[in-house]
Amino acid sequence: MTNYLDFERPIAEIEGKAEELRALARSTPETDVGGEAAALDKKAKELLVSLYKDLTPWRKCQVARHPERPHCKDYIDALFTDYTPLAGDRNFADDHAVMGGLARFQDRPVVVIGHEKGHDTKTRIERNFGMARPEGYRKAIRLMDLADRFNLPVITLVDTPGAYPGKGAEERGQAEAIARATEKCLQIGVPLVSVIIGEGGSGGAVAFATANSVAMLEHSVYSVISPEGCASILWKDAEKMREAAEALRLTAQDLKKLAVIDRIIAEPLGGAHRDRATTIGAVGDAIAGMLAELTPLKRKALIDARRKKFLTMGAKGLAA
Amino acid sequence: MNWITNYVRPTINSIFSRREVPENLWSKCESCGTMLFHRELKDNLNVCTSCGHHMAITPRARFTALFDGGVFAEIKVPEPLADPLQFRDQKKYPDRMKAARAATGERDAMLVVTGEMGRTPIVAVAQDFSFMAGSMGMYVGNAIIAAAEEAVKLKRPLILFSAAGGARMQEGILSLMQMPRSTVAIQMLKEAGLPYVVVLTHPTTGGVTASYAMLGDVQIAEPGALICFAGPRVIEQTIREKLPEGFQRAEYLLDHGMLDRVTARARMRDELITIIRMLQGLPPAVKGDLPPPQPVQTTATA
Repeated sequence: MTNYLDFERPIAEIEGKAEELRALARSTPETDVGGEAAALDKKAKELLVSLYKDLTPWRKCQVARHPERPHCKDYIDALFTDYTPLAGDRNFADDHAVMGGLARFQDRPVVVIGHEKGHDTKTRIERNFGMARPEGYRKAIRLMDLADRFNLPVITLVDTPGAYPGKGAEERGQAEAIARATEKCLQIGVPLVSVIIGEGGSGGAVAFATANSVAMLEHSVYSVISPEGCASILWKDAEKMREAAEALRLTAQDLKKLAVIDRIIAEPLGGAHRDRATTIGAVGDAIAGMLAELTPLKRKALIDARRKKFLTMGAKGLAA
Repeated sequence: MNWITNYVRPTINSIFSRREVPENLWSKCESCGTMLFHRELKDNLNVCTSCGHHMAITPRARFTALFDGGVFAEIKVPEPLADPLQFRDQKKYPDRMKAARAATGERDAMLVVTGEMGRTPIVAVAQDFSFMAGSMGMYVGNAIIAAAEEAVKLKRPLILFSAAGGARMQEGILSLMQMPRSTVAIQMLKEAGLPYVVVLTHPTTGGVTASYAMLGDVQIAEPGALICFAGPRVIEQTIREKLPEGFQRAEYLLDHGMLDRVTARARMRDELITIIRMLQGLPPAVKGDLPPPQPVQTTATA
């Protein structure tokens, strides 16, 4: 593990010491450090358990944004076969912040759409850090139409800080593009399932996550605004993001209580990035489970269920 | 304190309050700086008589001017759960609500009514920017749903006047969920074959723009209205350059193909009547001020 979050510093120190001991043992074979290193490993693990047992909302935001967290492309590569990307909005451009196309999920043909953040400087810039422009939403609309016409379920993977606050994005009508994508989500007569795998940032997330069934990874977040943005508006101080994260109720656990999401997918100890394969497998199981529930439903029933879900949402607050 | 405070202060207060009768008020146009006589400004629908700058207008004042004889009936909006997240920033959300209600005399940031405009029956909704910046929470969602249901029931078109800083942060994710919720309401109208006309007023931003305010069959804006998803300050911080003159204003959006029309408030009523009657296949309206219709047909409370 190379990339520790600020609150993980104690773990970094212990694991660093254990690593030093092992390095020492490698250079001087006569020293016996096995026991000591193992004790340190045990201590690090205990610390990890206690830190992750009760992550504060702000810490969850940090975990959700961890650069090594599995991203959309990782899920598509591992969970789908025959992935055939389909590009462009037929209007202006292809948005690289949004991946999407035809694929098979457990042999069943589907349409998969998701935000991709990139994993290094080059790909992050190429992907615009997962912030879609209007073309991204319009590509998603086109793909949802395709799925609807050929009766293919749609799977969306949500991981975006939000829509891109750029000049061109505004000029080309990103508000309209988001509104139309949300509308499209509500119109299609095929199962629409969504997994929030990292950050569900505001309108950019809703445009993909207005689904029959929404799952969230245990430490992912879904919010109307970033905690920093909320803090700078309501507290007039962006440094109050911890308080804002708390107040916004953006964790999977709170959102489940509010009935905004339908299921929580457990993450491995220490977050998705510490065991990517297990995380990806768990997300695959959740998608399969959600699709199985929706597959028996006919077109009208799927549309009606989706509408009813959103019309009644929020009526009971945290008691839901 | 002594007897003077008790006795004298009320007298002084009454002098002050007498001075504050609206007829004596002058307000300054934010755009050109002209001092405007209150009554003249009111008669001109809060549009500067000197430069044509469109100032904010309350939903009630707007409806009074729009409907025949100034008569309309309010449609009751189902009251949502108060403070669903138990939200607290520097103030508690219920305290902010109490203050907003006291300041505006309204329940929340949206008013739903029905009435006749040029003898054309309609349902209308207006967002109230003076109520917590018109922000969209559960109540606003409920209001749009109630308006759409009433329109479908009465087979009337819906006209929506938007004005909002965006989502109401104090309702967190539930404010965000009003985007799909309001979209479902708009779909009900479209399926019933009823016109949905949006009038975007200053300012319409954030999640409101990215949902019901951009889904109209016809999209009209008032002159100079700021209409955007991300606000100009956020964009300047991101791209680190100065934005062009008039960026995200109604006229700029019209130039970029995002609106059908930009229409001055004074002409709005006639234009809405004309458009609605054509969309509904009705003969042209009789122009001019009309007396109130008898009786107002509604299923809701007045």
